Amino acid sequence: MSQLFSKENKEAFFGPLGANNPVAVQVLGICSALAVTAQVEPAIVMGLSVTVIVAMANVIISLLRKTVPNRIRIIVQLVVVAALVTIVSQILKAFAYDVSVQLSVYIGLIITNCILMGRLEAFAMQNGPWESFLDGIGNGLGYAWVLVAVAFFRELFGSGTLFGIQIVPQALYDLGYINCGIMLTPVAALVLVGCIIWVMKIREEKAAKK
Amino acid sequence: MEHFISLLVRSIFVDNMIFAFFLGMCSYLAVSKNVKTALGLGLAVIFVEVVTLPVNYLLQTKVLGPDCLVPGVDLSFLSFILFIAVIAGIVQLVEMVVERFSPSLYASLGIFLPLIAVNCAIMGASLFMQQRITMDPSSTQAIANIGDAFAYAIGSGIGWLIAIVCLAAIREKMEYCDVPKPLRGLGITFITVGLMAMAFMCFSGLKL
Repeated sequence: MSQLFSKENKEAFFGPLGANNPVAVQVLGICSALAVTAQVEPAIVMGLSVTVIVAMANVIISLLRKTVPNRIRIIVQLVVVAALVTIVSQILKAFAYDVSVQLSVYIGLIITNCILMGRLEAFAMQNGPWESFLDGIGNGLGYAWVLVAVAFFRELFGSGTLFGIQIVPQALYDLGYINCGIMLTPVAALVLVGCIIWVMKIREEKAAKK
Repeated sequence: MEHFISLLVRSIFVDNMIFAFFLGMCSYLAVSKNVKTALGLGLAVIFVEVVTLPVNYLLQTKVLGPDCLVPGVDLSFLSFILFIAVIAGIVQLVEMVVERFSPSLYASLGIFLPLIAVNCAIMGASLFMQQRITMDPSSTQAIANIGDAFAYAIGSGIGWLIAIVCLAAIREKMEYCDVPKPLRGLGITFITVGLMAMAFMCFSGLKL
């Protein structure tokens, strides 16, 4: 067991959650990160889907890494990812139809999500299946928490709800409180991600000084 | 003809790939450091879109749609795999043609040419087109024939080109600005894109 959770493996898992976050630091997978974050629920579903797909694709590619010729590896990676995304999208359509309608094309766009190609190229091609699995889960969760953080602020201030449940009390509206409409537009998503990057950079600099 | 132009203008300004749907963000942020490369990448994206969208349109309507190949069979769940295969194949082809006939352009585009295959804007355009085929034909967004698919391809490509060239120009100027240190680089770029998206929102009321 101790070998399974060695120091490098822990780094592969926890690195992407903080210092090496795929969205805020490596700037991968921004497209979907911004588009599905108007509400918390689709953001969580999207984050989980990406986590599962990255982990599975990482394992498959890492098992195949010695048999696939170098020249056609991109096509092989794309096909593996596209097959996994098709499976996930069919499962979502069957069990969570409302959310899959909300996510619309962005589930299909996981195929072209740079996190996937980035991790497959940079990690799974060089490492064994178990390390790749941890790396995939770590990166997926690193992506998911940024998504949920952005969605939390956008839903709370944009429509006064969380998970569709009213949070801001009616009494406040009676006093003249108005939902901030701009939080529901693309503009707020971009500015919020910009602010998350800002905060993470400040923390990084403080940690470096210590 | 009227529908063709309306679709074209709408996809440039109202349904802009970057500002309305955030598609193609990764290369948008990575390659927008100077105007020249941004322009080259934008042109390459337009070209690949113009070729892939009509091909994917034909695939969707003649092969994948309900009752097309075999009566009673709907193959549209295969669309992800087929679309990405078409895009990757055409990008490969474009790469070879450009290398053969214009080595100078090939050298200036460099690594970005093969990376277009995983540009979300291209795949996204194909997936949006797939949704719009089933729309009511009287709607301004409907894609009813291959000409419409062509207009949508040119429009969304040009929209992406405008967005990336504008951002590159702003970032070139921003080199000389005194931005707070932790915000430098990506942080301020995101906020700039946010402000640009706000400016583009004024087109959303456009009626054609």
